[in-house]
Amino acid sequence: MLEIQNLVKRFGPLVAVDGVSLTVPRGEVLGFLGPNGAGKSTTMKMVAGFLAPTAGTAVICGDDILTRPLQAKRHLGYLPEGAPAYPDMTAIDFLGFVAAIRGLRGAGRKSHLARVIEMMRIGEVLNQPIETLSKGFQRRVGVAQALLHDPPVLILDEPTDGLDPNQKYEMRSIIRAMQPEKAIVISTHLLEEVEAVCSRAIIIARGRILADGAPAELAARSPRHNAARLTVVAAAEARLRAELVRLPGIASVEKVSENHQAILIAIPHDRRPIADEIADFVRAQGPAVSEWRIEQGRLDDVFRAITAPAAETTEPEPVRQAA
Amino acid sequence: MRNTAIIFRRELAGYFATTLAYVFIVIFLALAGALTFFVGNFFERGQADLQSFFSFHPWLYLVLIPALSMRLWAEERRSGTIELFLTLPVRLSEAVLGKFLAAWCFAGIALALTFPFWITVNLLGNPDNGVILASYLGSWLMAGAILAVGAAVSAITKSQVIAFVVSTAVVFVLTAAGTSIVLDLVRGWAPAGVIRAVAGASLFGHFSTITRGVLDLRDLVYFVSIIAGFLGANALLIELKKAD
Repeated sequence: MLEIQNLVKRFGPLVAVDGVSLTVPRGEVLGFLGPNGAGKSTTMKMVAGFLAPTAGTAVICGDDILTRPLQAKRHLGYLPEGAPAYPDMTAIDFLGFVAAIRGLRGAGRKSHLARVIEMMRIGEVLNQPIETLSKGFQRRVGVAQALLHDPPVLILDEPTDGLDPNQKYEMRSIIRAMQPEKAIVISTHLLEEVEAVCSRAIIIARGRILADGAPAELAARSPRHNAARLTVVAAAEARLRAELVRLPGIASVEKVSENHQAILIAIPHDRRPIADEIADFVRAQGPAVSEWRIEQGRLDDVFRAITAPAAETTEPEPVRQAA
Repeated sequence: MRNTAIIFRRELAGYFATTLAYVFIVIFLALAGALTFFVGNFFERGQADLQSFFSFHPWLYLVLIPALSMRLWAEERRSGTIELFLTLPVRLSEAVLGKFLAAWCFAGIALALTFPFWITVNLLGNPDNGVILASYLGSWLMAGAILAVGAAVSAITKSQVIAFVVSTAVVFVLTAAGTSIVLDLVRGWAPAGVIRAVAGASLFGHFSTITRGVLDLRDLVYFVSIIAGFLGANALLIELKKAD
């Protein structure tokens, strides 16, 4: 459905996007992750046909955005960064304008408008000028505009930015509901969002793709994947820590203070499973360990490790203050 | 073509959605009246024509038309809607043309609202209505040429103020090119061909030919080429500069 081929964008000496290639089939929600200035938005702008790439191209449903831009744009629903909309227009006039440009007329226009208004719950603000709407409503009008013609490919640059937690939850449900029939790309800096809606995540930094996989797969690359987290009695903490380190499966033990509890994190060699070993250990300790579980690893650890490699390697074995 | 019409309608409605349209029309009519009656000595001349009305149009437009054109693209760039607009399935030419035609149509509405001048002069005497009609047409063409310049300038900046100031400067040069101040500057050293070219590039020169009642094909070609040339530049500048 969407094929990005070796996209490159240079702004003078600055290489904003440096050879990004990827394919998004129908049924996939791809999360585009990266620090600010990583090249996420620039990539999306090129795919949507706003910026001309320095090299490479994008093909949307078989139509090349460079050689057949009008056809390619018809297959695409695009929410630009910041959800821009004409501030003087009312929401309904704005959607009507987009519908007209999209070639929707008559009954089709009516039903498409009704569908997105219902989906985005913007019925109550239709006759207000967009500049008077709250950030959340502005964002929803922007997404409504992108969904209006029910496109097979959707590119949403930060679709939940400015939404409150309930609205975020709703927006994610809507994206998940559309997943089976569409190829969807969203960019976000909220890692929890990737875990909540994306079937695949790509981490991009300095214009290059640094990681590509299912969110759970990426999380498994966390140094804490398969680590055991033990809540222990404060008095026994030092002794337990020393004993844990001596277990053959364990590489190191970190101490974390959380809510005045002593927490030990036992990190295995090469993220190997250590559940059995820890279970035996905990049984032997009796009441000194009040609670324990195996961690899956966290996407933000992976994100930090991948996008800031220089800072990570110079850091000594961390004893984190808070998890 | 269909898209041009849709964009045209949205843009034209945009003028009337804010107070801009009304403020512009009121100021335009007030200034036109003041210049005609007080500076142009409409009554004292004792002639049943609209010369004193039309002769100030180049200077009126110099200030007012850039105020109309400054928002065309600068506002889209500032608010980021240009990214939304140009990722819809429209050709850049349709976008440029739709915006320009809406602004030109609006200028036409403002100009048409000066009809009381025409009624007045017809009540007072027997003017040559053919000349007046030609003058209106010439004035509207000149407004279009200035709008096209302003639209192209508006394409290169996010700031409406910069768009206004630069457009006014460019239009001033274009208008003043035919006046003796500029021609005297050139006359001392330039060959005759250059002097003719400078004089020929003047909005003022072509407009005043028309207001004298001479509707020459060359003047029409001049205005149409200015409009076409600057709209082409507009499209090119958007293509080159839309990213920053």
